[in-house]
Amino acid sequence: MGAHDLWLLSPQLAMAALACTALVVDLATGRSKLVLWLSLIGLVIPAALSIALWAANPADTLVFFGAASVDRFSLFFTLLFTGVAAAVIVSAEKYASRFQEQRGEFVGLILASTTGMMLLASANELITIYVSLELTALPVAALLAFLREDRSAEAGMKFLILSGVSSALLLYGLVFIFGFTGTTRLDEIFARIGDLQASGGFDSTVPFGSYGLLLGIALAISGFAFKLAAAPFQMWVPDAYEGGPTPVVAFLSVASKAAGFAVVLRILYSAFGSPELAVEWSALFAVLAVVTMTLGNLMALPQKNVKRLLGYSTISQAGFMLIGLAAVSANTSAGSLVAGPQSVVFYLAGYAFTNLAVFLGVIAITNRTNDNTIAGFAGMGRRAPVTALLLAIGLISLLGLPPTVGFMSKIFVFNAAVNSGLAWLALAGVLNSVISAYYYLRVIRAMYMEAPTSDERITLDPSLGVATGIAAFGAVLFGVAPWFLLRAAEIAVRSLSGVAGS
Amino acid sequence: MTIQLLAFYAAAAVAIVGAMGVVLVPNVVVAGILLLATLLAIAGVFLVVFAEFLALTQVLIYGGAVTIVTLFAIMLTRTGELRVHLDNRQKPLAALVALGAFVLLSAAFLASEIPTRAAATSVATVGSAGGSTGFEYLGEALFTRWAVPFEIASLVLLVALIGAVILTRNGTPRDRA
Repeated sequence: MGAHDLWLLSPQLAMAALACTALVVDLATGRSKLVLWLSLIGLVIPAALSIALWAANPADTLVFFGAASVDRFSLFFTLLFTGVAAAVIVSAEKYASRFQEQRGEFVGLILASTTGMMLLASANELITIYVSLELTALPVAALLAFLREDRSAEAGMKFLILSGVSSALLLYGLVFIFGFTGTTRLDEIFARIGDLQASGGFDSTVPFGSYGLLLGIALAISGFAFKLAAAPFQMWVPDAYEGGPTPVVAFLSVASKAAGFAVVLRILYSAFGSPELAVEWSALFAVLAVVTMTLGNLMALPQKNVKRLLGYSTISQAGFMLIGLAAVSANTSAGSLVAGPQSVVFYLAGYAFTNLAVFLGVIAITNRTNDNTIAGFAGMGRRAPVTALLLAIGLISLLGLPPTVGFMSKIFVFNAAVNSGLAWLALAGVLNSVISAYYYLRVIRAMYMEAPTSDERITLDPSLGVATGIAAFGAVLFGVAPWFLLRAAEIAVRSLSGVAGS
Repeated sequence: MTIQLLAFYAAAAVAIVGAMGVVLVPNVVVAGILLLATLLAIAGVFLVVFAEFLALTQVLIYGGAVTIVTLFAIMLTRTGELRVHLDNRQKPLAALVALGAFVLLSAAFLASEIPTRAAATSVATVGSAGGSTGFEYLGEALFTRWAVPFEIASLVLLVALIGAVILTRNGTPRDRA
């Protein structure tokens, strides 16, 4: 404990300090534009610290008695969250005019939630995980209600209540895990389970070896499924997406989901990574994946509101990511397969670029038209050619067609599933991709095939245009040349304790 | 040991009866007061296992603050209208779900061997680490081993405060004009 711990936690500390600075500057000056640009420049600090830590790769990654582990896995996500926060803040520049007086607080709350996500990705201990999760969720609940309309208030309220319910499930699960193992640290839980297995304390006829552990893991996964927007805990998604401010929804769908997957990956591999347990939770996630994908896709088909459509789309995308969670090496005799978690991490990074391109494009158009229906996007190919093109790239990547990162993500996830003996799951994934083509292409058809409702041109704001362009460029770049990102994902996953080969 | 066990059963019985009363009693004010009894009984359970600090905070925060706020909230809202919504046709279903959860949880408890040794050592260290009392140990643990979650909790409170202020603040006069 000491300087080394502070150095390891410096990205998180910098982000927390930035959130407080944004709030204080807003209070002192009241100039929201200043707060916005100051925060945007300030985001360079946590990003630079994360890169420096990645390069330094310290041997001792545990912070403050093992409360957090700042390994390359957590740094990968730290960088991802910083980038997403920057994009969301840029996208809110014009949109925030609807927030009346609270624009400075908007930025402060986004940064506070990002701090929670960064801590969540590094947390190595159950209590830290829970507290970080609350820090992630609470600001989002407030942000969803920012528009002060009935729909927005409903979105915030639903999110708050369901987030509370899922926290209760999660805590109950964590209590069982603590009661069974006598410790809250993930690495110690892993060791304790190893001891019990060696001493014959496990009953092989019971899932997870013991009813206590079964209940604990099942409840904890239920709690996290809410974060991931996975079925059957997806009910809040469409309402929150439709009612909430679009930049907040973008933040929720990209960063919040990535944070959820990061912590689930860490818990599963660092605490419950033993092959006997991995087989059990792999089966659980395989079922969840199929249900989530199919449910999200089928519900998306009849939607007329673009934001609601994207809500169901985010559910089905979570299903595809769950395939990667189900792909564990314990299913095969190969022994050292990292393709499963690696494909999830790659998918999350690619999804961040893809979905940001889509949401920023939607924000750029609806900022002017104020119309969230699919019909409102008619003829945008002519009215806003650049924005429509970037939005179309994002949608094609969500659908998973080459040459986009969405295509590569799906290839890697399906490949991991097949290699770990889950060919049927990959097949279900391919079928679902085909279904999803219908609703993604419907938006593109509206933009390019249908006649515009007015001749007014929609120009792209420079800052929003740059952010959307970067997101769409990333979606194409990592689709054409995925190797850099794939390698980074592999390094990140291998640094996670409990993953085979580390 | 037998006195301890007796005290535990007495406290647990009060807690369970009180909790059932909270759900079954139609009058919300009575339910609120039964909630107080339940929470105090749980403080008693904490005392039985020598977690005196936990018992004290349970009495102060849950027995005191939370119950008072709940009762105030009940009195300030129109409870006459509320009572209509308290019971609905889903009551049998809710009872079924509660019963199912009870059976599931007790089955899990009885079937699995919760390693008492591991739990016992961790409780013992809370009680008497290096000869210090529970209070001293808790204070020390909070600022060393649990420093990170403790500090994150302060951030959570800050965020909750800001969120609550933003959402409840009425528009400024300029907005209304």
